[in-house]
Amino acid sequence: MENNFFVDSGKLSEEALAKKHRLENDPSFRADHMKYMEGMDQIGTEIRDKVMTGMNAYDYDSYTAKDVMRALEHENCTIEDFKALLSPAAEPFLEKMAAKAQAETSKHFGNTVYIFTPLYIANYCENYCVYCGFNCYNDISRMKLTGDQIEKEMRIIAKSGIEEILILTGESKTMSSIEYIGEACRMARKYFRNVGLEIYPVNVNEYRYLHECGADYVTVFQETYDSDKYETLHLMGHKRIWPYRFEAQERAIMGGMRGVGFSALLGLSDFRKDALATALHVYYLQRKYPHAEMSLSCPRLRPIINNDKINPLDVSESKLCQILCAYRIFLPFAQIVVSSRESDTFRNGIAKIAATKVSAGVSTGIGDHESKYTGEETDADEGDEQFEISDGRSFDQMYSDMSGQGLQPVLNDYLYV
Amino acid sequence: MQNDKLMIGGHEFDSRFILGSGKYSMDLIESAIRDAGAQIITLAVRRTNTKKEESILDHIPEDITLLPNTSGARNADEAVRIARLARELGCGDFVKIEIMRDSKYLLPDNKETVKATEILANEGFVVMPYMYPDLNDARDMVNAGAATIMPLASPIGSNKGLATKEFIQILINEIDVPIIVDAGIGRPSQACEAMEMGADAIMANTALATAGDLPMMAAAFRQAIEAGRKAYLSGLGRVLQRGAAASDPLTGFLHD
Repeated sequence: MENNFFVDSGKLSEEALAKKHRLENDPSFRADHMKYMEGMDQIGTEIRDKVMTGMNAYDYDSYTAKDVMRALEHENCTIEDFKALLSPAAEPFLEKMAAKAQAETSKHFGNTVYIFTPLYIANYCENYCVYCGFNCYNDISRMKLTGDQIEKEMRIIAKSGIEEILILTGESKTMSSIEYIGEACRMARKYFRNVGLEIYPVNVNEYRYLHECGADYVTVFQETYDSDKYETLHLMGHKRIWPYRFEAQERAIMGGMRGVGFSALLGLSDFRKDALATALHVYYLQRKYPHAEMSLSCPRLRPIINNDKINPLDVSESKLCQILCAYRIFLPFAQIVVSSRESDTFRNGIAKIAATKVSAGVSTGIGDHESKYTGEETDADEGDEQFEISDGRSFDQMYSDMSGQGLQPVLNDYLYV
Repeated sequence: MQNDKLMIGGHEFDSRFILGSGKYSMDLIESAIRDAGAQIITLAVRRTNTKKEESILDHIPEDITLLPNTSGARNADEAVRIARLARELGCGDFVKIEIMRDSKYLLPDNKETVKATEILANEGFVVMPYMYPDLNDARDMVNAGAATIMPLASPIGSNKGLATKEFIQILINEIDVPIIVDAGIGRPSQACEAMEMGADAIMANTALATAGDLPMMAAAFRQAIEAGRKAYLSGLGRVLQRGAAASDPLTGFLHD
């Protein structure tokens, strides 16, 4: 079973359409995805080599129930144990894994759950990533917020009570320059206590600049660690360069960021291998930079505007739960974020087991917080969403739901020093 | 026992239980004061940096001493900045230095802690450094002006008890400022054991915060700490490690 990602917009010129089709059908027409573009930092391949060796050697069908039981008995989860926990052999042990994961979460995080919200400030994109609503060939309403509009959005969000913000853009350095993003970070420091970024990967000196502007956390999703598969999904643009994306977290740490976030987009490729690679990426980077704070996300594919059939294929909720429990047992110190791509029931349940951070009051569109937060139509321009969310709970609702199930919502546990 | 006071930087305390930060709620603070008898309460400055909980400072009775900590600091410079911020926020002059360069085990960095101790002690803070129990580093901290030494019993939040027991004992034997055992104390019996060894006070948080009945656990800690302290002051009786003692003295052959 495969997703059908290719959708032709009637608005594309003949020339554009021809180029799009050629990118889709002729691999030789696409740039070499393993070759750095001019100006991209190259910081060495040591971590990448380790992660890829581990992933390529992973034969999940070779693990047995015995391996899983042994893994569950061990006080310290080894890489081999983790591989067993991710394997099909662990599926019947999901309840036991959940209990162990819950104990680890409680040791490291108590009963706390962090709440944050994303803020998309622009949705222009120069990439053709076939599954993404922002891709440059998708016919959506594009927008980039002005400084005043960003400030207005931030004021509305801050008023709701949220203290941690994640600033996102589409991947276009031309439309959303480093300076533009830096300005948004400076503004965010006025309204929020904690500022994170989820933008296109940049060089060490650019991460340093953004850090000085007030951001301290950087999240970059690798989408898939299978570089051959990656090549078939990211057909054009800066994002196509797989190794440059892989090394983004390390460059962010080198640029002075306190913490970094990782993820594969589950449903794009073999999810077990992607989950293994994501965790190994965290594991090896933490060993190299022990002071850095690590966080993991676990997004599954979602429908987008103009393609409502996109789905996470074989990554069911139970499989997602298995992955998250395995992550928690292997990396007990890491923050685990579960986004509004998942349903309210799933998020409530997983927050009691393994997740430590949830988003609330989410919009993946541009400039629409006023209408979304007040429920009233406004005359402001709005840009379209990146994907459809599943859990639309407001901040207040999330706060009371989390408290209601015995968790302690935390709005901020961070100082910019 | 009535005159048995805990002295920290010239301040006098009757209680030998200090509430740590970390897991943190109004219930926990109330119970720590009422049931565990805490007179000192740790506050993570980074955690109080929130609108929702700003009012928490107002809920702490005036006779309770606030102990802001520098968690989140990765080096001496950051710890110093956080301590100064705490002072500006009106948290008083006490500061617990926590410097971690390791996000996995959250083990303290002794070398950076010595540096921060010196700077903050010179600025008039009552400095309480959280440290890995190493005698040389503890001496350096005392020479730099530390008011207490706070060795970890085991990795923070691990509830593993006195994993570093032998090394804490060395600090108790050799260091002249109060030794406050911090991190890893998972149950009252472990707190009691540390007090029997001669520790001056115990800091705990997770053990209370995660208990089924918080007030009852808080009371249990109070009693365990008092029992351990009494046992230490009374001079522990003979504890036989292996088998029975010989009834004939080994030195009975001596006739001079």
